[in-house]
Amino acid sequence: MPKKSFRQAVNEALRQEMERDPSVVVMGEDIAGGMGAPGEDDAWGGPLGVTKGLLARFGRGRVLDTPISESAFIGAAAGAAATGLRPVADLMFVDFMGVCFDQIFNQAAKFRYMFGGKAKTPMVIRTMYGAGFRAASQHSQCLYPVFTHIPGLKVAIPSSPYEAKGLMIQAIRDDDPVIFFEHKAMYDDEDEVPDEAYTIPFGEANFLREGEDVTIVAIGRMVKFAREAADQLAREKIDCTVLDPRTTSPLDIGSILESVRETGRLVVVDEANPRCNMATDISAQVAEQAFDALKAPIRMVSPPHVPVPFSPALEDEFIPSAEKIGAAVRSVMAAPARRAA
Amino acid sequence: MPDIAPLTMPKLGLSMTEGQVAAWHKADGDKIAAGEEIADIETPKITTALESPAAGTLRRRLVGPGETVPVGALIGVLADPLTPDAEVEAFVEEWRARFAAEKAAEPEAAPPQPERVATPLGPIQVLEAGPAAAPPVVLIHGFGSDYQSFLLLQPLLAGRLRTLAVDLPGHGGSTKELPGADPASLARAVAAAMSARGIQAAHLVGHSLGAAVALALAEQEPARALALTLVSPAGLGPEINGAFIAGFLAARRPRALAGVLAMLFADEQAPVGHEMVEAVLRAKRLDGAEAALSAIAAANFPEGRQAHSLRRVLADPARPANVVWGRHDRIIPASQAAGLPPHVKVTIYEDAGHVAHMEKPDHLARLI
Repeated sequence: MPKKSFRQAVNEALRQEMERDPSVVVMGEDIAGGMGAPGEDDAWGGPLGVTKGLLARFGRGRVLDTPISESAFIGAAAGAAATGLRPVADLMFVDFMGVCFDQIFNQAAKFRYMFGGKAKTPMVIRTMYGAGFRAASQHSQCLYPVFTHIPGLKVAIPSSPYEAKGLMIQAIRDDDPVIFFEHKAMYDDEDEVPDEAYTIPFGEANFLREGEDVTIVAIGRMVKFAREAADQLAREKIDCTVLDPRTTSPLDIGSILESVRETGRLVVVDEANPRCNMATDISAQVAEQAFDALKAPIRMVSPPHVPVPFSPALEDEFIPSAEKIGAAVRSVMAAPARRAA
Repeated sequence: MPDIAPLTMPKLGLSMTEGQVAAWHKADGDKIAAGEEIADIETPKITTALESPAAGTLRRRLVGPGETVPVGALIGVLADPLTPDAEVEAFVEEWRARFAAEKAAEPEAAPPQPERVATPLGPIQVLEAGPAAAPPVVLIHGFGSDYQSFLLLQPLLAGRLRTLAVDLPGHGGSTKELPGADPASLARAVAAAMSARGIQAAHLVGHSLGAAVALALAEQEPARALALTLVSPAGLGPEINGAFIAGFLAARRPRALAGVLAMLFADEQAPVGHEMVEAVLRAKRLDGAEAALSAIAAANFPEGRQAHSLRRVLADPARPANVVWGRHDRIIPASQAAGLPPHVKVTIYEDAGHVAHMEKPDHLARLI
């Protein structure tokens, strides 16, 4: 099977859906480039080249460069979705949500509910997240917990190129607004990705490996680190289950609970700020619903509660690593088994 | 027998480069008969028993359980109990040195890759392996599977035969536009793939639904089928395990699917690995796959019964035919092998289930 990068996987998903469905359009800042000025057409394909090549295939009618006004083009996408198109809007860095959040959480997220089910909003907002890019505090955040908090939004966070293509096609075909998170440090990751179109359903966690000792739930880029940690731990005879929720809204809490009931131990890995992130949410749900199954305290592996540092040394230390995940797993294995009452 | 015989990491599948010794069934000093199961070999795709290539005493186990080594690496040594330790030791040293030198001199050739070939019925994915001038064998998988069904068998045949494993329409990397869902329609796609590869006639090896497809192909184009080997074939009787078909169609998660796939094997402990389960799930997620598989299930196995009988095709005494079944087949009962014409060679494996080509690949390869 052909190996493709994360970037190619998302591009192929967009291209195939645009070919299949003429109502799919893409829009955003410099997703083509060269608009209204002398210069090269398709100069950019977005800041990291994900939409490169779409302009030549589909033209300016379906590949729309927008002004630098997120509130305008995210609002336009929401309106277009409510009136018959399937727009994929590129918010670029998720850190820019601040200037368009009303369009997302008060408008797009509410249409279906407040119009009594008579409206649908099949829009996708693609956005980059994550640290490790030396891009400092305003271009490195993982703000998916904020979107997960809002009923009416769906949140997909692919952990590999294969996942990215299947989740993107699912996102475009979904009739609700989907926020699609792409980690900027993963664009060059490669994976076997089928040429054909395929979908990965939302709300179905992926079991990447199954073990008896500890359940590791990891999100987005952290899945790769969790697998590395699990490989190392296996050599130490600690057998881990690695679970990727794929979407944080809907969240497949059922699979997480099922796994924790088998292992009795949970480590949640989340690159988002540690207060009110996915790790705290998942931990709370497990504590509430499967407390009796726990043999050790739940451990969360997240960065410290500070802005992402610009100093490379500090940024590297900030990001959860396979080593930190491994240490957390060892600590829950070392916790004394709870005595039966 | 030679005084000292090597035990090496086998190649389970054309793309396997390394494997793990999951467990030893024998200890140093144990007497071993040729063909006896000596260890379990595990890859991310499958776990299978390593059969001893010779009789002798297991003198040395060189790889501990859980250790991973490259294909072809020495994992143990068999020798006569009277052979001195020093001689065994020298054998090991020499083997290791030669293996390292060979690896350094000749980097591993890239394994053959599946290809999508254009046919009048749409793209059909095939995996070809073996010398192009050798007699051809066409491998046709069962319901819901793909060319990887023959991951163990195909490498055993590819040394002396030109093997072509074909993904049926609706399956694997082939078109999801069905030319029709019955065996006769699916057979036209196999014929089209053979033509695209310049194979006019071949020994057809079919498993389960693929065996019914082979029978249908032999019926509609008799000249294409030089011989038939049918593994747990569909098309010879009415019974089939409807729960397997329904469970397979419904399963969307690895664990649920692994439970369904376990029904294929004699053993409750199915040897399918995570990668194999994942590959099946990924094939099911492709656009159109679910609809195509449902249509094939409905056309061939409605309400837990088989809709098509192809017994008549085996009546021709001029065409050699093997029918192979596992006694513990939980999908299609081995009792359907009864009452076949005398020229059909029936082999029942007492310790196999529905997938003798995965459970008994060495025996089956010798039969073909």
